[in-house]
Amino acid sequence: MENLDQFRKETKEWLEENCPPEMRKPMGPGDVVWGGRNCKFPHPDAKLWLERMGEKGWTCPTWPKEYGGGGLSFDENKILQEELMAIRARPALSSFGIWMLGPALLEFASEEQKKKYIPEIVKGEIRWCQGYSEPGSGSDLASLKTKAEDNGDHFVVNGQKVWTSYADDCDMIFTLVRTGPQEPKHDGISFLLIDMDQPGVTTKPIKLISGKSPFCETFFDNAIVPKENLVSELNKGWDVAKRLLQHERNMIAGMGLGGAGSAKKKKDQTISSGMATMAKTYVGEEEGKLANPGLRQKIASFDINSHAFSLTMRRASEESKSSNSGPSPASSMFKYYGSESNKLRYELMLEAMGTKALGWEGEGFGPAELAITREWLRTKANSIEGGTSEVQLNIIAKRVLDLPQ
Amino acid sequence: MSLVLNEEQVFLKDSAKKFASEKTPTTHFREVRDSEIDNCYDDKIWQEMVSLGWTGILVPEEFGGSNFGVAGISSILEELGRTLTPSPLFSTAVVGVSLIKHASDDVKKDILTKVVQDGLRLCFAIEESNHHDPVKISCEAKKDGSNFIISGEKSFVIDGGFADKVIVACRTSGEKGSKEGLSLFVLDSDSKGLTIMPTKMVDSRNAANMKFENVKVSSDTLIGKEDDAYEIIESVLDISRAAISAEMLGSALQAYEITLDYLKEREQFGSKIGSFQALQHRAAIMFSELELCKSCVIESITSFDEGGNDSERLASLSKAKVGEVFHLISNESVQMHGGIGVTDEYDIGLYLKRARVAEQIFGDSNFHKNRYAELTGY
Ligand SMILES: Cc1cc2nc3c(=O)[nH]c(=O)nc-3n(C[C@H](O)[C@H](O)[C@H](O)COP(=O)(O)OP(=O)(O)OC[C@H]3O[C@@H](n4cnc5c(N)ncnc54)[C@H](O)[C@@H]3O)c2cc1C
Repeated sequence: MENLDQFRKETKEWLEENCPPEMRKPMGPGDVVWGGRNCKFPHPDAKLWLERMGEKGWTCPTWPKEYGGGGLSFDENKILQEELMAIRARPALSSFGIWMLGPALLEFASEEQKKKYIPEIVKGEIRWCQGYSEPGSGSDLASLKTKAEDNGDHFVVNGQKVWTSYADDCDMIFTLVRTGPQEPKHDGISFLLIDMDQPGVTTKPIKLISGKSPFCETFFDNAIVPKENLVSELNKGWDVAKRLLQHERNMIAGMGLGGAGSAKKKKDQTISSGMATMAKTYVGEEEGKLANPGLRQKIASFDINSHAFSLTMRRASEESKSSNSGPSPASSMFKYYGSESNKLRYELMLEAMGTKALGWEGEGFGPAELAITREWLRTKANSIEGGTSEVQLNIIAKRVLDLPQ
Repeated sequence: MSLVLNEEQVFLKDSAKKFASEKTPTTHFREVRDSEIDNCYDDKIWQEMVSLGWTGILVPEEFGGSNFGVAGISSILEELGRTLTPSPLFSTAVVGVSLIKHASDDVKKDILTKVVQDGLRLCFAIEESNHHDPVKISCEAKKDGSNFIISGEKSFVIDGGFADKVIVACRTSGEKGSKEGLSLFVLDSDSKGLTIMPTKMVDSRNAANMKFENVKVSSDTLIGKEDDAYEIIESVLDISRAAISAEMLGSALQAYEITLDYLKEREQFGSKIGSFQALQHRAAIMFSELELCKSCVIESITSFDEGGNDSERLASLSKAKVGEVFHLISNESVQMHGGIGVTDEYDIGLYLKRARVAEQIFGDSNFHKNRYAELTGY
């Protein structure tokens, strides 16, 4: 305990000294720092902040020190997060490397691979994207066809991926490829790390209902990949792929916490309901109660469920701390519940705001209102990306409940 | 607030689990139900609970209790809920004891000691209509010198049919519906002018209707201050709501596990029915909902002992959430059993019946969602 108090004190001091003032202001949508060779910083302070945090390994606080991580324990990391929150510090870096690839590499990659790739992720030098889905292989991911052929000291990759988020801004892509065409489908897949800066890899953006184009089709046309970029053994990629998905699902589940939950609740502070406050401004109130009783009841249900959900996330992390187990098939439950809950949050906002939430652009709507319209459309993807809700329920039924095939 | 039980609480839970599986499996419930025992539980089992110290868990040490707290007694109730163990433990050791703790020193000493040592049975007469409403009280207590004269009616008094003492919520002033003017009294169940009509509920447990006709009680029996019982009532109700949520969680978990086993065993169309996706997805959703319930229950039962300032809201949250999920699971469990689900021979129907009664105890999900919204300011 004494050590933790000491750690808190030092952390506070370090942050006070090193977190630039500009990085303590609320973030707009364009302010996320994704890293990478062509990283765009919204402000010079963002660059400074990333360098300082990366140097300490605090962009990945619990990863081992030997690969550039922060080497913090569960409790130390909790303190760090609390102190970051206390000064409202922006995340220094967000990336698929941190959320998905890094944890999988730490578990499955060779020593050389870890030494090469993990520090790059910690410092935000390389931006990664995820090459899993293909036009014919979505939920049935293991049916993928993109193939990698052995050509001496390298593989030659041909095929197409789809829904590759941010592919056009990324440096490298972690990819599932077929290397054993004769094997049963799960046993012929390998996990390859591919540099996108070569003529054999091209991308084409796809436009979404929200109006944005955050993802792409990715084409491999005789792309060259050195042999040392194979993670784990040949044809053993499915194990890596599944584990990585669990990390991805935990990350997506976190969105279910949204603004209203109690995850951000400080001690002694009551749970605040962002949704009800916002609804009151659009619907009005009568004697302190939200004027629309039907909506009021729905919001109460929603608040109760989101509180229960955030508590359950916390309980799971406390329990996994004591058993040291990391994510499990139960992460499917969080992915399912969190993404459904986030969709519901936006449906309720639409209900509360009425036509004010249905503007597309131009006059007559505030910027926050227009953002909600777009974000509502974006949330529809929550229960599709990272494995659909139906697929999560299949996984819970089979892997957690052990129901028959 | 902690989201894992401490060693002491785990110990209590484990011993209750053992007790329930050895002494009161559901066959015990059936024996009691099908026998001629009027009070709907087995006195011998009750005395065993007393000798294990369970009636003293909320009682301060000076009166012979262990003061192990709301999380302790609730963990026991959760395990007893799994096997639908019938007993007046909830009405006595949770609701009754929590109320008596606010009484005068003499009353506390007298009653709490007997609860701990002899299993003196308590009940709380508060409801007056078919829906929970702790302020809609018109049963009146009129001051008469150093006495009060109580007149009025009460309903759905849990375990009220066979209790030794009755704690009654009365109006000493103010309008029906007002928080002001409420007072609590404790009296013997055989007091002159008090008529108790035991009612057997659908879950085969007893509740009671009570009629007070000029029942005279001394002002020494007042719990808390005259006209000023509202806060005591609400705080005790919150403890009780959290504790009954724990019992309901235990029942819901058990009903769910019984159903899951059945999905793995029953075959139709040449396959286990658990391989049908229509059933798998519903089972997976119920699993997720139960995980949420576990978190709500543990947060709310530990909040009282840790002195948190949000116990009210957490109690409503817990009762609302667990009530809704137990409701869902009790229905789905019957459905997934097919025809045998609606036979008396199979246990699953017992959980359905218990669910509906437990849902009503101290406020159903609608009541608590409304209260939650009010407490949150909308
Ligand atoms: C915003 C967004 C970002 C994404 N980013 C990436 C990325 O960066 N990299 C990447 O590789 N992929 C990405 N994806 C792809 C995503 O993983 C797939 O869309 C997803 O796995 C579903 O596949 P599909 O779209 O082909 O749908 P399909 O698999 O065709 O599903 C269609 C419908 O059938 C249902 N269904 C399918 N199989 C079953 C079954 N066995 N039981 C019951 N129902 C079933 C599904 O639930 C769904 O409702 C992204 C997707 C979105 C929406």
